[in-house]
Amino acid sequence: MNEDTESLGIDLLLEGIHRHYGYDFRSYARGSLTRRVRHRAREEGVQTATALLDLVLHDPSVMQRLLYDLSINVTSMFRDPAFYRVFRERAVPMLKTYPFVRIWNAGCSTGEETFSLAILLAEVGLLDKTRIYATDMNDAVLERAAAGTFPLEKMREYTGNYIEAGGTRSFSEYYSTGFGGARFNRDLSENVVFAQHNLVSDRSFNEFHAIVCRNVMIYFDKQLQDAVHDLFHASLVMFGVLGLGSHESLHGTSHADDYEELESTARLYRRIG
Amino acid sequence: MARTELVVLGASWGGLRAIGIVLGGLPVDFEAIIVAAQHRAASSTDALARVLQNSSTLPVRDIEDKEALVPGNVYLAPADYHLIVEHGHLALSLDARVQHSRPSIDVLFESAARAYGAGVAAVVLTGANADGADGLRAVKRAGGFTIVQDPRTAESPVMPEAAIASGAADKVLPLSDIAAFLVELCRTT
Repeated sequence: MNEDTESLGIDLLLEGIHRHYGYDFRSYARGSLTRRVRHRAREEGVQTATALLDLVLHDPSVMQRLLYDLSINVTSMFRDPAFYRVFRERAVPMLKTYPFVRIWNAGCSTGEETFSLAILLAEVGLLDKTRIYATDMNDAVLERAAAGTFPLEKMREYTGNYIEAGGTRSFSEYYSTGFGGARFNRDLSENVVFAQHNLVSDRSFNEFHAIVCRNVMIYFDKQLQDAVHDLFHASLVMFGVLGLGSHESLHGTSHADDYEELESTARLYRRIG
Repeated sequence: MARTELVVLGASWGGLRAIGIVLGGLPVDFEAIIVAAQHRAASSTDALARVLQNSSTLPVRDIEDKEALVPGNVYLAPADYHLIVEHGHLALSLDARVQHSRPSIDVLFESAARAYGAGVAAVVLTGANADGADGLRAVKRAGGFTIVQDPRTAESPVMPEAAIASGAADKVLPLSDIAAFLVELCRTT
């Protein structure tokens, strides 16, 4: 198929979804999005984005499946262990100075990152005075996140990450098996609020001491990234901490000068402006 | 024929050496953008760029999400991310592995075909799996030029053989001739 025709078809699909269902994917990076749309079209037995649009408009269940494809972000526990190590060493001492800590885990997807943060905070004695707001645009993944149950076959990889991340206990203490996976202890999520929030269209809803949003904005185009950085900047206390994915940076964004790097190897920043 | 603006390289087993040889044969005034995906362990670090820099006169870059693409620069897919070419810049993705691979050569090549169409030259190098074959077809369909390393010169012939079997190879070349051919391709087209 002519690439320009496909690109036009995807424009129409995204416009249709926005007008009919209110979800706005128009500022998502097109490379990944095109791949995901092609995948959904194939699964639904159609050839083009416009044929998929026809299905989406008349069958909400197709929209649900497409929404899942477009919004799911694959993640894992203690991904990039160095990030958690530096968070423990550099961010935790600052967070300890507050009487009560609010952390926003934006785009929490299925919750692997949220539970990793909760484990880290428990080990440094901060979890009891912390509330983690774990948000995602997709209700279905939030439900999975809140269940706190992850595939058993992943535990070996996650245990390795946990040790590298500076974990101080035995990782297996944190979960029990036999619930169709590894079910993480309830006390980890006692202070976690799972809530729907769409980074594209929703506003700031609190003031936070740390915001962790890793490998979420890679799916956004540059303009949307700037808008989300506006949102984060407006939601972060002065000297609050911002954590990004290992190949994301503030360089080139409108807020590059408002933060300083906490350490060059991990994408952890502190708001200074 | 469109001018080649973008060269994409895909390699797996034995690829570090092969990519090094291709890059080493490119002159300092090479004008196309070069983006490479090399399969490697998810936990590997950014040392790969430094190693490849030793064999190249062109700058080899560790990439950031949304980094602008500049002609004459080499961009390397980070470990455990898909690298995607958009027009004028790069993007990353953590979507599921494709053929057990992240970075996936197919994902890189297909995105390059989408963004640069006939302006792409794609090269499949040594490797022990079939990644790259679908991507090569996508590049070919979009009017780009496709090159496969002669399997007899590959440390592992499986990936070049799969690419050739896809029927999308315009040219099969020994490893030592690929750089010179790319120089010629970017000059004449």
